[in-house]
Amino acid sequence: MDNTNSLYAGRLVRLGPLDHEKDPPVVARWTNDPLFRSVLVDVARPLSVEAVRRLLEKVEKQMEETKNLFHFTLRLKDDNRLVGLARIFWIDFHNGTGVLNLGIGEASDRRHGFGSDALDLLVRFAFNDLNLHRLSAWTGADNLPFIHMAEKSGFEIEARRREAVFHNGRYWDMLHLGLLRTQSEKKQ
Amino acid sequence: MSNAFFQGRLVRLSSEDPLVMAEAFARWNQDSEYFRLLDSDPAHLWSAKKMKEWFEKDLDSALPNNLLFSIRTLAEDKLIGFIAFDGLNWTNRDTFVAIGIGEQDYWSKGYGSDAMRVMLRYGFTELNLHRISLTVFEQNPRGIRSYEKCGFKLEGRIRDFLLRDGQRSDMLHMGILHSEWDSLEQEWNKI
Repeated sequence: MDNTNSLYAGRLVRLGPLDHEKDPPVVARWTNDPLFRSVLVDVARPLSVEAVRRLLEKVEKQMEETKNLFHFTLRLKDDNRLVGLARIFWIDFHNGTGVLNLGIGEASDRRHGFGSDALDLLVRFAFNDLNLHRLSAWTGADNLPFIHMAEKSGFEIEARRREAVFHNGRYWDMLHLGLLRTQSEKKQ
Repeated sequence: MSNAFFQGRLVRLSSEDPLVMAEAFARWNQDSEYFRLLDSDPAHLWSAKKMKEWFEKDLDSALPNNLLFSIRTLAEDKLIGFIAFDGLNWTNRDTFVAIGIGEQDYWSKGYGSDAMRVMLRYGFTELNLHRISLTVFEQNPRGIRSYEKCGFKLEGRIRDFLLRDGQRSDMLHMGILHSEWDSLEQEWNKI
C-alpha cells in the first residue's frame, strides 16, 4: 500500500488542489448536467468557462480568507484526470463540526466507486487532521446514489426537512445526514 | 390605515434605526444565558458601534434574503427582542426564522409565541413561503414548547452539535408547512 501520501490518496482517487488553467473548461462542461447543481451553485444552470474560472478563484480566495473551508479537486490516481469536486465547509472549529459535499462530474464516471473512495478520504481528513467531532451532509431525498454512498460510510439520516427543496417540478424532503467521529473510528 | 398585519395580541413587529437596534443587541448579548440559547458561536461581546455598521450594511442590500424586525410590546411600546427571516430561499420558498427575547422579564409570558405567529402569518400570506424552518438547541425547552405551540413539528436531531462546558448536546430541526399553518390559523382566529 502506498503510505507516502495517504492523507490525500485513496484507492482510486486523490484529493488535489485546483488547476486554474486546466480545470475551468472541464467543470464548465459538467454544469450542463443538472445533477451536478449542488456542488457549485444552488440552482442548476450551465456556466461558461469564464464564469467557472471566476467562481473557482473566488472559492480559493474564500478558503484563504475565512479559514473554515477546505476545497478539493478529485483526480484519478492512474492518470490525474479531474473527475469531481469536493469540499468541507461551514467548519466550526469551536464546536468541532463541518459540512461535506462532493460531486462526480461526468455521468460516465459515476458508479465506479470514485465518490465513495473520495468520501472516505474526506471523512478521514476531517476527523484525523481537522480534529472535527462530527460531519454533516445535506441532500434532496431524490438523490439516492449519494444517500446510499454516505450510509455505506457510516452516515445516518438525522433530520428530514419536509418539502424543503424544489426541483424537477416538485418539492422534495431535504435530508440532513450526520457522522460522528466516535462512530467512524469504530467502523475502521 | 391599520397596521394589523404586523400586530399580534401582545406585541407588534417593527423596524428600528440601526443605532437603536445595535444598542439593544449590545445590551442583550451581555446576558450569556440569552446568547448561549441563541447562537452556536462562542459568546462574543461586540460594541454597539460595530453592530450598527452591520445593521447599516443590511439597509443597503438590494434584494434581502434576510428580514429583521424588532419586537415591541403593545402595552408599553417596549423593545424586548428581535425576530428575523434568515437565508430566505425564493426557489424553495423556504426560510429559517430566528427569534430572541433579550429582556428576560418578558420570558415565558407568551410574547415570543405571539411574535412568532405574526411572523408566520407574514411569511405565508405576504412572502408566499411554502415552509418555515428553525433550529433550536435541546437545552432550550422553553423555546421548543413555544415553537410547538405555534405549529412547528420536530423534523430531526443533529447529534453532538454543540460543545459547552465539556458537554456535547444536540440541535433540533423544526418546520411548519403552509398547509399546516392554514388550518392552525383558522383555530387561532376562533379563540
